Amino acid sequence: MSADVHVTLAAVTRVYPAHSGHAAVQALGPIDFSLRRGEFVGVVGPSGCGKSTLLEIVAGLAMPTTGTVTFEGAPVRQQVPDGVGVVFQEDATFPWLTVRDNVAFGLQRAGVDAAEITRRVDDAIAFMGLNAFRTAYPSQLSGGMRQRVCIARTLVLRPRLILLDEPFGALDQQTRLLMGEELLRLWRETGATVMLITHALDEAAMLSDRVAVMSSRPGRFISELETHWPRERDSRIVSEPGFGLFTSRLWELIRDESRKALGIA
Amino acid sequence: MKHPALWRAGIAAGLVLALELLCRTGVINAFTMIPPSKMLVALAEMIRHANWFWADARYTFQNVAAAIVLSIVPGFLIGLVIHAVPRLRRVLNPVLLSYYSVPTFVFYPLLIVIFGIGQLSLTIMGAMFGVVAMISSTLTAIDRIPRVYGKVARVMRIDRWRTALRITLPAATPHLFTGVKLAVAYSVIGVIAGEFILATAGLGRRLSLSFNEFDNATMYGLILLISIVVAIINGVLQRWEARIYRRWYRT
Repeated sequence: MSADVHVTLAAVTRVYPAHSGHAAVQALGPIDFSLRRGEFVGVVGPSGCGKSTLLEIVAGLAMPTTGTVTFEGAPVRQQVPDGVGVVFQEDATFPWLTVRDNVAFGLQRAGVDAAEITRRVDDAIAFMGLNAFRTAYPSQLSGGMRQRVCIARTLVLRPRLILLDEPFGALDQQTRLLMGEELLRLWRETGATVMLITHALDEAAMLSDRVAVMSSRPGRFISELETHWPRERDSRIVSEPGFGLFTSRLWELIRDESRKALGIA
Repeated sequence: MKHPALWRAGIAAGLVLALELLCRTGVINAFTMIPPSKMLVALAEMIRHANWFWADARYTFQNVAAAIVLSIVPGFLIGLVIHAVPRLRRVLNPVLLSYYSVPTFVFYPLLIVIFGIGQLSLTIMGAMFGVVAMISSTLTAIDRIPRVYGKVARVMRIDRWRTALRITLPAATPHLFTGVKLAVAYSVIGVIAGEFILATAGLGRRLSLSFNEFDNATMYGLILLISIVVAIINGVLQRWEARIYRRWYRT
């Protein structure tokens, strides 16, 4: 295996077994795919194609029915490997903790000493622009700020692979663009490999080095497109002439699959 | 409606006043009930002069406190286990749903045979009343915890015990209050009723004695005392619950 390869999926499938009179459903695969170390990969596909299932399999939150996933050369088996961070679409902040305690939560569990926790938490809070809200409770924050808390909570654990499951799905368009910029900054500064699951083609196009397109169920990769954007990019990339062409190309690839997923002939 | 607390207090005061008038005018005869003002005087006299009062009150409230703890803590832990094993939940669900249709007091003689007449039997009686409410409430509370918290725990590789303690318990807290309030009420009912039926001490026994001796002043004084204590506990729990809801949900 090349040292450049960070994650590999080999012949991965996911089948939900038959139950209560319902036939077995193949949700995913077979999938062969790899993530290069330090790249930003977007995954797009029609609704219900298994994008989130794919992310859970890569994270070790779900097991593939067949096939293998490896992270840094070691197989991923029913446990999230050390070095993997996940940000979910749902609000995953803990409402009983302040912003600071939310961000520190994983570090306290990991047995990191108090001084180091303070340092890392302060850095992550400052990085995500939450300094003024460190003693606030999540209920006092907007949806976008809560998602920043979740990202900061992932960031303090210094993941080498960050998996994002439609993290900005519940946010308005302007906030999504700005959060995207924050994410790009985080990616550049940490050097982590990022896999972003999204249904928003423009979001995938703006953020990714490479966009992988999935088919309707059972989800397989039907195409991969390199964006060739510079590493130092931000949301202004959406006004580049090439951006529209890129998203159009994505839509061409995904349109028929989306029609299939919706049952439109 | 503005100021619901004021409205509640007003309605309660109105009902007490109506009862006072009905008793004072003889519509309700003194043999059946004494006026609320006399209940209050009787309670004050009891607290100041009755030589049995503090010993019996301590006895009862110790039993109640132990029954509450034995309802809430095991109730929560049993709820956790049942929730973690869906097959067990499917098996036990009909039992939990129909538990309160069985008169739990039929087991009181059995408890006396096993543990004797005393605090242990009464405490277990109270706990038997409260524990199932707590189990059911725990199951409902855990059902309402966002699933994403479980995923966060796995991503952070937190073991099941710590997940239960540091995520499940706090996340379930607002929804556990229903169970806690019911456990408190049922524990009080179980202990007082147990003492009323057969006990060597306690306010329930004193209630039974005063009932048999037509001592309405003591009987209604005790009823008032027990009602006040339960109302205070419930009030404290409700304020605590409201505070958590305000902090978590800004409601």
